[in-house]
Amino acid sequence: MSEFTLWDIVYNLALAARWTVLLSLTAFVLGGGVGLLLLMARTAGNPWAMRLVRGYVELFQGTPLLMQLFIVFFGLPLIGIDVSPWVAAMLGLTLFTSAFLTEIWRGCVESIGFGQWEASASLGMNFRQQMRYIILPQALRIAVPPTVGFSVQVVKGTAVASIIGFVELTKAGTMITNATYAPFTVYGCVAVFYFLICYPLSLYARHLEGKLRHVAR
Amino acid sequence: MAYKFDFGAIVPHWELLLNGVVLTTELTVVGSVIGVSLGVLGAWARASRAPVISQIVGVYVELIRNTPFLVQLFFIFFGLPALGVKLTEFQAAVLAMVINLGAYSTEIIRAGILAIPQGQIEAAQSLAMNRVQIFRYVVILPALKKIWPALSSQIVIVMLGSSVCSQIAAEELTFAANYIQAMNFRAFEVYFIVTGVYLVMSILLRWMLKVFGNFLFERRNHV
Amino acid sequence: MSLVELHAIYKSFGELEVLKGIDLRIEEGQVIALIGRSGSGKSTLLRAINGLETINDGTIMVAGKKVGDRDTDLLTLRLNVGMVFQQFNLFPHYTALENVMLSPQVVKKLSKAEAKEVAEEMLIKVGLSDKMLHYPDQLSGGQQQRVAIARALAMKPRVLLCDEVTSALDPELVNEVLAVVRQLAEEGMTLVMVTHEMRFAREVCDKLVFMHQGRIHESGAPEDVFANPKTPELANFVGGLAGAA
Repeated sequence: MSEFTLWDIVYNLALAARWTVLLSLTAFVLGGGVGLLLLMARTAGNPWAMRLVRGYVELFQGTPLLMQLFIVFFGLPLIGIDVSPWVAAMLGLTLFTSAFLTEIWRGCVESIGFGQWEASASLGMNFRQQMRYIILPQALRIAVPPTVGFSVQVVKGTAVASIIGFVELTKAGTMITNATYAPFTVYGCVAVFYFLICYPLSLYARHLEGKLRHVAR
Repeated sequence: MAYKFDFGAIVPHWELLLNGVVLTTELTVVGSVIGVSLGVLGAWARASRAPVISQIVGVYVELIRNTPFLVQLFFIFFGLPALGVKLTEFQAAVLAMVINLGAYSTEIIRAGILAIPQGQIEAAQSLAMNRVQIFRYVVILPALKKIWPALSSQIVIVMLGSSVCSQIAAEELTFAANYIQAMNFRAFEVYFIVTGVYLVMSILLRWMLKVFGNFLFERRNHV
Repeated sequence: MSLVELHAIYKSFGELEVLKGIDLRIEEGQVIALIGRSGSGKSTLLRAINGLETINDGTIMVAGKKVGDRDTDLLTLRLNVGMVFQQFNLFPHYTALENVMLSPQVVKKLSKAEAKEVAEEMLIKVGLSDKMLHYPDQLSGGQQQRVAIARALAMKPRVLLCDEVTSALDPELVNEVLAVVRQLAEEGMTLVMVTHEMRFAREVCDKLVFMHQGRIHESGAPEDVFANPKTPELANFVGGLAGAA
């Protein structure tokens, strides 16, 4: 047990970090897809769809991610779907991510002036065409920085998946701590790993934001 | 074969849940008050022209914002005793929340300070106020007013994030939920209801922060 | 000894030299207008006198004390020198009365009652006795600027600097502010103003200072300066104004 060197700790954490990255990527991509669908539903003008999406966002932004994971993890088996921690974590984080991204993107779409909608409507475009050719291209530009910024929240969110038993960086940290009794070193290393993943994303988001502000001027 | 839901199985344990709600509330109130105060100090340090202090605070902010709360909590609760700092579960949970919210609110409040027009500060300078006076009387209140919605959202996020404090056995709401489901094996029902409780708590918290903001920034005679 | 003495003032923003050796004396009770094109350094000079800009070279003496460099005792300086800004810069979260009371209370440590008394006196002086409990956004630009003047006066400065105090105002609001400045001049207040209101400057000021490219190009009594400009730059400037008017 005590023959764990610092190198062993780092090596094992690095192996586990792959799962953190994989879970983050999956949740981000799938969550982005779901978020885009929700965004369409939200902005298409059907009041019921609008209310539904708003409720969805409120639900995921108003409850702990841990509870969301618990409900998926313990709820799905009850309707006959057995899920592994990996599937539960992926599903839970996808829903979580979609709610936040749809809300971020809604703000971007709404920041496009009403005149753009009117002008494109006056040219005979339908909703899908307006979105496709007029609104999204403009909204996309301003949406990129906060979207990249949110990816940091997704990466950090994956740590919560350790609680339902998915072995990623944090869970690996706990397991190694139990073997080495060196929590200070191990959790310190875990934090460094997360920092190495998240900080470049934060910097990139800030860089994009700065560039956008520069263009806007 | 169909599962029979039994939400009634929670009822006998209502007292445990209530205790959890109370502890989560305590954590949130104490964590927010100290955390936002730390954020005000941090923002001042960031905005001040003392480069060393500003950089130290900058490193603190980046370290916290780019690592998960759960890891910060584990580091504080399990890691710090190695340095001889022994904390109770509650103390560790509060400390983690303070440090976490302190970093986020430093950035949020700093943005509010930077949004104060330079002319306001020059006017105060021309009236012979020193830097502390300018910060206290001219800068901080309008700055907080500008970023109050963002700060409120962050406080709600911290409240919801406190659910992972169950992992160090701080007996807050999620801990109560874990405890109940271990007794009655009704995991889904328990978590479903507790999720609802969290939802109500976050709606209430947001509403209270709004009311408090209105009170704080209300137009009234200060003198 | 003059109240304010400027000697060989130099100031640059990076590569750009905006003040290139300014010498100027301001006597107690004098009313001086700084005129010139935008970019000639007038506002920078005014701000330097209040310590809002640090100068690169030269000396500024206010009431016998050297100021303007990095070790300036800004507190003493600003207790002697008040300033009114183009954009008013009232504090939005305080009423008119509170705006005026704030500094006497927190800087001069007057009691609340004393500060209130001074503030009320000043607000009455600028004709705003009925607007004391209004917030800045409830006041017109002219009223806001008069509050700003009252706010500066409440500190009982020995000299008041006015930086284009009517430039941000709608034309119909200019006169109410100029009337207050005129009244101050008549009461013997020492005033230094950057202004584009030439007629007003001519009527109210003892001395006009024409600045051009960071230097004092010409100065003298208003009638002389306007009637007999000695340099083509001033003639040009005055002529341009006449043409515009």
